[in-house]
Amino acid sequence: MNSLKTFAPGGVHPEENKFSENTPISSLPLPKQLVIPLGQNLGAPPKPMVKKGDEVKTGQLIAKGEAFISANIHAPASGKVAKIDDALDSSGYRRQAIFIDVIDDIWEENIDQTPDIVREITLTKEEIVSRVKECGIVGLGGATFPSHVKLMIPDGKKAEYLLINGVECEPYLTSDHRLMLERGEEILIGIKILMKALSVDKAIIGIENNKPNAIQHLTELSKNYVGVTVQALKVKYPQGGEKQLIKAAVNREVPSGKLPIEVGCVVSNVGTAFAVYEAVQKNKPLIERVVTVTGKGLSNPSNFLVRVGTPISDLLNAAGGLPENTGKLINGGPMMGKSISSPDIPIVKGSSGILVMPVEESRRKKPNPCIRCSKCTEVCPMGLEPYFLSKLSKLELFEKAEKNNIMDCIECGSCQFTCPSSLPLLDFLRLGKLRVGQLIRTRK
Amino acid sequence: MNDIVLFALLTMGLLGATLAVILYFVAQKFKVIEDPKIDLVEDALPKANCGGCGYPGCRNFAEVTVKSANEKQNLEGLNCPVGGNAVMKQVAAILGLEVEEKEPLIAVIRCNGSKANSPAKVQFDGASSCAFAHNLFAGEGGCQFGCLGLGDCVDSCDFDAIHMNPETGLPVVNDKCVACGACVKACPRGIIELRNKGKKDRRIFVSCINKEKGGPAKKNCSVACIGCSKCFQVCPYEAITMANNLAYIDFEKCKLCRKCVEVCPTDAIHELNFPLRKVKAETGAQEIQEEKPSKVAAVATAESASQETKNDNIV
Repeated sequence: MNSLKTFAPGGVHPEENKFSENTPISSLPLPKQLVIPLGQNLGAPPKPMVKKGDEVKTGQLIAKGEAFISANIHAPASGKVAKIDDALDSSGYRRQAIFIDVIDDIWEENIDQTPDIVREITLTKEEIVSRVKECGIVGLGGATFPSHVKLMIPDGKKAEYLLINGVECEPYLTSDHRLMLERGEEILIGIKILMKALSVDKAIIGIENNKPNAIQHLTELSKNYVGVTVQALKVKYPQGGEKQLIKAAVNREVPSGKLPIEVGCVVSNVGTAFAVYEAVQKNKPLIERVVTVTGKGLSNPSNFLVRVGTPISDLLNAAGGLPENTGKLINGGPMMGKSISSPDIPIVKGSSGILVMPVEESRRKKPNPCIRCSKCTEVCPMGLEPYFLSKLSKLELFEKAEKNNIMDCIECGSCQFTCPSSLPLLDFLRLGKLRVGQLIRTRK
Repeated sequence: MNDIVLFALLTMGLLGATLAVILYFVAQKFKVIEDPKIDLVEDALPKANCGGCGYPGCRNFAEVTVKSANEKQNLEGLNCPVGGNAVMKQVAAILGLEVEEKEPLIAVIRCNGSKANSPAKVQFDGASSCAFAHNLFAGEGGCQFGCLGLGDCVDSCDFDAIHMNPETGLPVVNDKCVACGACVKACPRGIIELRNKGKKDRRIFVSCINKEKGGPAKKNCSVACIGCSKCFQVCPYEAITMANNLAYIDFEKCKLCRKCVEVCPTDAIHELNFPLRKVKAETGAQEIQEEKPSKVAAVATAESASQETKNDNIV
């Protein structure tokens, strides 16, 4: 094979540590109580539709997204609404959540629970978008952007390519990898549905070269699906970033501050394609997802199909319990994930993995002065100057940071990962983005 | 040789004279007539350029003050917190006006979630910035309203008036505070409030801004306000209001009777610089304060230092 496609500039290659890539996806028993936070999607949180004491069935709508950028939430299991109260979210803040005491698992009648694969797409374009909206599908790559919004292409724009993100560039995580191997057929039908909704005839599935079995499997299957091709990509973080994947797969560059549709691309995760398949062909709302539970100290790293609202501690117990020398629990991958304060918080739509880090790895090194080695600039996939931007943000020169395109930062953390002085570059970049965002909003 | 010198002198002289004439006319044309009072007022101001008055710098404040004096004949809404009454009187004298005396204010830290009261559940080793940490997580102790202890307020202070106490992990305000309000703006959680300095520096305030219900609040911090309303019921002056499971003492109505401090079950209400109360108070606390302030005043400072848990974050 000649040189593989990838994005430029920047990128790093952290240790892959994909311990759970050969563990098949398994289901977990339902917990006694599910805690479903309302703010699970990017944008406005939905409004609760149930009240204390209500009986709900699996798949019943329990919170409705009324704002334009918002997503519905459905009951992940049947039971009784115990209360609507504040619950800890992953950052330790208390936010509104629906508590459901699980009683059995009685599904709504109109949901097809059979494992049969439905190939024929009968719904029209508009029906697909409204079904995706009804079923509360959000981008499962981690950003949890409501999918129906992505499917509504603004006037005057035209999509040419649908890019499917099977890159899984985060180290440790394997949920997308397993999904591609085990549910390849469904993913491809999901892609066809998305293609119909977007009226595009070309779809490219981007997969990094460290998953040869997934590449082979999907290439084999895609022969039956016109317009769908699989593109093997060089292993490089953050290739799973929307803009990086576009650059790698079709060699187009999204202009600063613009969306992928500007260059005729729409990017979706393989997990989202699977969820779209289930929603459109089976009428099944997004109530469960595949979560990788992994880590160096963990006795059996696994991939679990879990219902939204299951406490993370249940997953950890099923994966062999929390090891003694645990220093950090991370919701997501090691690069972009956020460490969580307690294992009692629930799985949400955006949780792609739970990573357990031993004490010795979880501590940050003491920061030293910047030695101007420019490594951070070299690895920045957006072509920014992280050392400069973080300094501007530290000195509260937010206008200047804005002029230097701080808002283009995708918070991938490559700069901080590569910094030989262990400077908290990303921390200050995040602070700067937050403040500049506020500045821009006040200007409007 | 002489010719060269002469030529140089002549050209330079001519050039100088011509430019001087041009400059004179330009200066006349673009002359800015400024009230000489602005300079006088500016001289009277402390020139800290802290922005505590709400204007960018002392010069701008002087301009606004003179403008207000010329147009409205009063200085309403204008106050230099750094200079206090003395400076404002001086300014008023320059402008030939009278100015109302204002009670001096001081920054007060409304959180007592020290390392002992709100033990850390997680450890944070990221960038030392409260603004960043506030956006990232609830805090080491778990209280989402409490002090993060990373010192944005200390960085913001131009007067060396606020420092971190390494033992408690909370900031401490000292006498140098001029109530410019920089720390109030810097705190991402709005913990710091400017309150009345009070007679003899005596102050009573609720040292908590936790809006959660009693249970969750108390779970994270042993000295949280649990919103029990006991202080609200006992206050004879209607100075206390209850909102969002939180008591707030209006310092303008508070008469420093200390009844609320006694009834608070979680010690969330703090009293500062008061004499130690008698073990058994036969008379009202207010009377004690009125009758015997001078006798105990000397002891007060020493005693207030001994009231460690309550006072160490502010005194």
